[in-house]
Amino acid sequence: MLEIKALSRLHIGPVSLSVANGEIIAITGPSGCGKSVLLRAVADLDPNEGHLETQSGVRAEIPAPAWRRKVGYLPAESGWWADTVAAHFETPDKIDPASLGLAPEAMGWDVARLSSGERQRLAFLRLLEHCPDVLLLDEPTAPLDAASTALFEARLKRCVASGVSVVLVTHDPAQATRIADRHFVLDSGQLSEAAHV
Amino acid sequence: MSEYVVLSYVDIALASVFLLLNGVLSLWLKLGVARNLVFATLRMVVQLLLVGLLLKSLFTIQSPWLTLLIALLMIGFAAREIWARQERRLKGWQGMAIGGTSMGASVGVVALVALIVLVQPEPWWHPRYALPLLGMIMGNAMTGISLSLDTLHTALNREQRAIEAQLLLGADKWQAMRPFIRQAMRAGFMPSINAMAAIGVVSLPGMMTGQILSGVDPNEAVKYQLMVMFLIAGATGLAVMLATLGSARALSDDRDRLRIDRLRKVKA
Repeated sequence: MLEIKALSRLHIGPVSLSVANGEIIAITGPSGCGKSVLLRAVADLDPNEGHLETQSGVRAEIPAPAWRRKVGYLPAESGWWADTVAAHFETPDKIDPASLGLAPEAMGWDVARLSSGERQRLAFLRLLEHCPDVLLLDEPTAPLDAASTALFEARLKRCVASGVSVVLVTHDPAQATRIADRHFVLDSGQLSEAAHV
Repeated sequence: MSEYVVLSYVDIALASVFLLLNGVLSLWLKLGVARNLVFATLRMVVQLLLVGLLLKSLFTIQSPWLTLLIALLMIGFAAREIWARQERRLKGWQGMAIGGTSMGASVGVVALVALIVLVQPEPWWHPRYALPLLGMIMGNAMTGISLSLDTLHTALNREQRAIEAQLLLGADKWQAMRPFIRQAMRAGFMPSINAMAAIGVVSLPGMMTGQILSGVDPNEAVKYQLMVMFLIAGATGLAVMLATLGSARALSDDRDRLRIDRLRKVKA
């Protein structure tokens, strides 16, 4: 569950939104309208105001690192801080890259040789290691082909089935229709529910 | 042993002939440094002549308050110099304050210990000892701090995505910034380490050479130089650590966010 009340950051907001356990909501909107700004604010990565809570507690009462472990944010471009893929995982042996269509030996690769699609999928697996309550996904399948996108969505649905709430920013209306339970549009800093999914 | 050759102003003017030659050559080669060279040379001449006059009158007046005032002015100038040497600076008052206070604190403590415990002049704050000591330690600490802050600010800005990736996985700000804090501290330590490694073999330090030229026994000059090098390296290390941690703290907040928005880029 993710409850957002009157979240404001720069020109965005106040935004209020409630995502139930096991629900996927999609957010679309023109480029530069602030979708990433909104997700960063929910993850508390930039200064912002508002009341946020999940089943793990109220954001203001939880240290920021603990909040971010429970509210997992996957940016459109992932960051890497070590040379090898495995160094970015707590338990690299337990990760199954093949589940997202990656080569089984991907954990042994150097980050420098990863394509943008490989980076994105590995960053998703890295995020799932912490079993977050909420997933904030910023155009996660933009660099992926159709087959990889299908695998990604299937994996996402497994997470949702276990009760994870998902906020999905996408530029693909078909994807929003395909996997989201509700569809919102962010425009001029305001979030409004679209009439049809 | 204490005889020394007094230089005339003609000697000094003659010594500048090679620098003049540099200026002419740089004009001929269109290096674009002639203007800077002239300005820097004039600045050096004026500053040193003034400081000579100032020191002479300070030694005669012998006032602790005046000595303190000069010391504080030196720290202020150094703080501004540290600030000016960074390509990306902290916005607002912190931009100058972090470098200035780190340097003031570490250089101040080290210089006080040197004066009260080691050199023990009478009185302990005598400007003839206090100001040159402070100046030598501070010049090096200034270089160390500006290198480490420049390295830190550049690295945090460049590696924002990597740092935030760690924050997003639940790392706290110190864990996420640690490699860059270390890198910045190493950069600040390098000049001291290089100077100590090369001293006596590649370079003869200016202070020691000056003492030897003015007739001091080389063994005594070496002892002074060793003391000064220990003080310089010690104070620079402390100042570098304080400034780097202070700046890293200012570039993050209590919600473990990286605050790159607090940096301002100055020049290309």
